[in-house]
Amino acid sequence: MTELHVGTKKGLFLLEGEPGSAFEIKTRAFAGQPVDFATRDARSGRLLATMTSPFYGPKIFFTDGDADGEWEQAAGVALPEGGDQALERIWVIAPGEAKGVLYAGGDPGVLFESHDGGASWEINSGLWEQPSRPQWQPGGGGLCLHSICTWPGEPDKLAVAVSAAGMWLTEDGGRTWRRGNQGLNPRYLPAEALKDENAGRCVHHVERAPKQPRRMYMQFHGGVFRSDDAGESWSDIAGGGLPSDFGFPLTVDPADPDSAYVIPLVADMDRVTPEGRVRVYETRDGGSSWAPRGDGLPAKHAYLTILRQAFSRTGEGDQLELYFGATSGDLFGTGDAGATWSTVATRLPPVFSVVAA
Amino acid sequence: MSPLTIPPVAVVCVRGPLRKLAGGRAEHELEGATVVELLRALEGRHANLSGWILDERGTIRRHINVFVNGERGREDTEIGSGDRVEVLPAITGG
Repeated sequence: MTELHVGTKKGLFLLEGEPGSAFEIKTRAFAGQPVDFATRDARSGRLLATMTSPFYGPKIFFTDGDADGEWEQAAGVALPEGGDQALERIWVIAPGEAKGVLYAGGDPGVLFESHDGGASWEINSGLWEQPSRPQWQPGGGGLCLHSICTWPGEPDKLAVAVSAAGMWLTEDGGRTWRRGNQGLNPRYLPAEALKDENAGRCVHHVERAPKQPRRMYMQFHGGVFRSDDAGESWSDIAGGGLPSDFGFPLTVDPADPDSAYVIPLVADMDRVTPEGRVRVYETRDGGSSWAPRGDGLPAKHAYLTILRQAFSRTGEGDQLELYFGATSGDLFGTGDAGATWSTVATRLPPVFSVVAA
Repeated sequence: MSPLTIPPVAVVCVRGPLRKLAGGRAEHELEGATVVELLRALEGRHANLSGWILDERGTIRRHINVFVNGERGREDTEIGSGDRVEVLPAITGG
């Protein structure tokens, strides 16, 4: 049985089902509220959800019980008081490697840490106090810290991505950070601006290959990249068969460091699936070539938008399950690593995020 | 010696989820010379409310309206004894 945590514009949906079939909606929580992201910490069983009320601002809630019961508000999810900025949104929550540690990324380019399983949080001051921060440029969705890549077995090593402040790497548990943007040369910048390390690097999503942690994959704002040196430098791998190098979500097969999956959109000025066909593209050779995986997905007049957190995986290898949701409210999945797909749910509110477990 | 100043006492009214966070009570008698002082005093009594009305800058959140005796108020609106301060979510959404 697979559980899906689906954050939508109008609440959190928990679905259960078997891969290859429609799933049952078990719970709707935070009815009417925008739920940006939700996940269950597999170590504790705790459910965590981030919600940005248009009235009351961004919050993290958690529950150790039923999702349709009472949730508690987590403490400390705020910027330092007295500054000139306010927290806009929490984009992602990711479990750390150390016991009880969780990370949360948000706008404006902020990383929070929890050491008690998500009940309380504190800002990562090393990243918050970066001297270059005043020059950081937001992307269209704000200055969002959306990707948090832990390193299996190495709790002090972490990579995060901020749109559009690029990649940031730490090897001392977040006390100090350095950039990881070599090779990220956006088409939207004039050539002379590429030397400016503060010029915007609009990273859309990053994942690490768990079995070969120095390898990482990135969907960029125009480009799909791979790093083989733990995020220090990047090579464009979008040349071999993708209909577009623009898109947001990306995931990997944990069993295979040469694998990655992206869902291309036409372009930044037309953020829908190309040719009205919904297709996931797979590489099994580290990005040298890409092949469409669309058997069972809408193939005609389907102009969907899939957001950066709305693509998730569970399992690995031949049993790799992939799930993604669109702003149309449609949710799709595969239980055979993309060979065949089925509709998991329809007519949900616009999907912001999908996490499979 | 400076003269002793007694802060005015006003009634702050909250509804919906704010009422729940404020111990389930809608009306709260609080001391404060300005709207933001009153709201800080409310947060002081009910820590769960921190961040719900005022953000980290001490600014009233964009889609929350504050009315003082029926007139639109801001953070620095002065308060007199017996004033009634209503905290209301704006009509917004989509």
